[in-house]
Amino acid sequence: MCTEEGNRMQPMVQISNVRKSYADGFEALKGVSLEIRDGEILALLGPNGAGKTTLISAICGITQPTSGTVTVGGHDVVTAYRGARSLVGLVPQEINLEPFERVMNTVRFSRGLFGKPKDDALLERILRQLSLWDKRDSRIMELSGGMKRRVLIAKALAHEPRVLFLDEPTAGVDVELRRDMWDIVAQLKKDGVTIILTTHYIEEAEAIADRIGVINKGEILLVEEKTALMTRLGQKELRIELQDAITDLPASLAARGLRLEESGHVLVYTYDTAQDRTGIATLIREVSDAGLVLRDLQTRQNSLEDIFVGLVSEQEGAA
Amino acid sequence: MNWQAIWAIYTFEMSRFFRTLLQSFVSPVISTSLYFVVFGAAIGSRIDEVEGVSYGAFIVPGLIMLSVMTQAISNASFGIYFPKFIGTIYELLSAPINFLEIVMGYVGAAATKALFIGTVILATSALFVDLTIQHPLAMVIFMLLTCLSFALFGFIIGIWAQNFEQLQLIPLLIVTPLVFLGGSFYSISMLPAAWQTISFFNPVVYLVSGFRWAFFGIADVPIGLSLLAIAGFTLLCLGIIWWIFKTGWRIRS
Repeated sequence: MCTEEGNRMQPMVQISNVRKSYADGFEALKGVSLEIRDGEILALLGPNGAGKTTLISAICGITQPTSGTVTVGGHDVVTAYRGARSLVGLVPQEINLEPFERVMNTVRFSRGLFGKPKDDALLERILRQLSLWDKRDSRIMELSGGMKRRVLIAKALAHEPRVLFLDEPTAGVDVELRRDMWDIVAQLKKDGVTIILTTHYIEEAEAIADRIGVINKGEILLVEEKTALMTRLGQKELRIELQDAITDLPASLAARGLRLEESGHVLVYTYDTAQDRTGIATLIREVSDAGLVLRDLQTRQNSLEDIFVGLVSEQEGAA
Repeated sequence: MNWQAIWAIYTFEMSRFFRTLLQSFVSPVISTSLYFVVFGAAIGSRIDEVEGVSYGAFIVPGLIMLSVMTQAISNASFGIYFPKFIGTIYELLSAPINFLEIVMGYVGAAATKALFIGTVILATSALFVDLTIQHPLAMVIFMLLTCLSFALFGFIIGIWAQNFEQLQLIPLLIVTPLVFLGGSFYSISMLPAAWQTISFFNPVVYLVSGFRWAFFGIADVPIGLSLLAIAGFTLLCLGIIWWIFKTGWRIRS
């Protein structure tokens, strides 16, 4: 599915035709293939139940894929799991922490679990970076939800992973914390960590990702550079309702790419929000110059759902 | 072998124990003292000796076994069940460790706790009765093997359990009755013949008997048979754990 314009380097994570089906016949992943490049931030966009968490679980060793292979840094996650897993840090979606443990202790445990010798200086750096240093001796249950998420990140970073999986890091998180999270991700990228995050917020992918993958019903529908995808996602529609229906578009308006809909009652103009000049002001002027009377105006943004619908119908059309 | 990880799990589990040291330490001391007051003083005054040993001293090995078995089971089963319950198991599954290393960490910690409590009870007992240990080495081996095998058994229960009720079910319905009916507080020879026969189907009889032999040189069953029983139980638990490891049963979907 994912076609690269030339393999500049060995991919950090290589997912080949991974399937996961459960005993009840449900297929959570239907042959997913994906390459994740060293040092990039890849956002996996998809609605709930799309298979995002299952895919991450299959890479991290939490679930066994039914078929297909995954390698991390060239190590197969099943046959060479030690090599693969020691490169990977995982921040789960749920806040899974021992409530009675203290922050420093639980982070130290994570490092040890990955076979790394004690290094409290490093852990101090990580905790400071995540604004957790003051809370190092607090019990987990005394922390706010946002702080707990930071602890999960600290635990995942404690063994210095080269690849970090963030499973919906900002689901149910307030705006301020979301910004903080994005800053943390940007900093990690600077440090050379490859980051894969799942989300269902387009803005999040837009804010931090280099590439965006769209997953739905266990299938990767596309993987694209963010800039390319955002152009498609950034399309907006202006609907101009007219007082009186017209049968033909005035030539000046037809030249601007307007369409006539709803038996001549509505003019539809598609434009790109990312452009400096959207051309709306001129358009409105031209509409009234053409002698048309406006009754109402509406704008509509292309949503992720539109993209899904588009992609799925494209897929069906191709099949 | 990822020793660092085993050590991390071991120390993490032990820190839970030390956090509740008062409870870990005081509770066995109090319950042992109560057993001595009730069994030793009240009942024991009417039974002067069992096979040449004062009744107070006679119950010491059984008392230690009772606590060691229940503590090893509860610590090991809770140790692995709790991460499953609160979801932190994801970390164990995504770490570069194998199942054997996970078992060594959790079972090692649970066995250590049980050993600690067994030693505390032994020391407390020495305050109440005169104790001579005829075969100290055998006593240590029996104690270690019991801690280990029952911690393994507890680990299996913890993996199997899907809620807190199930976690308590086997210790409550099977282990405690077997221990109480296993000659902890009496000699099997004191029972009517039919019950003696039935008792020999109780595996705990062999453990208590062997352990008591190490103290006083008296036993209900030959010492070799006792050793065989505990070795067999350990192997059975290891076998089940190996199977869990192979299939990922109730751990890795």
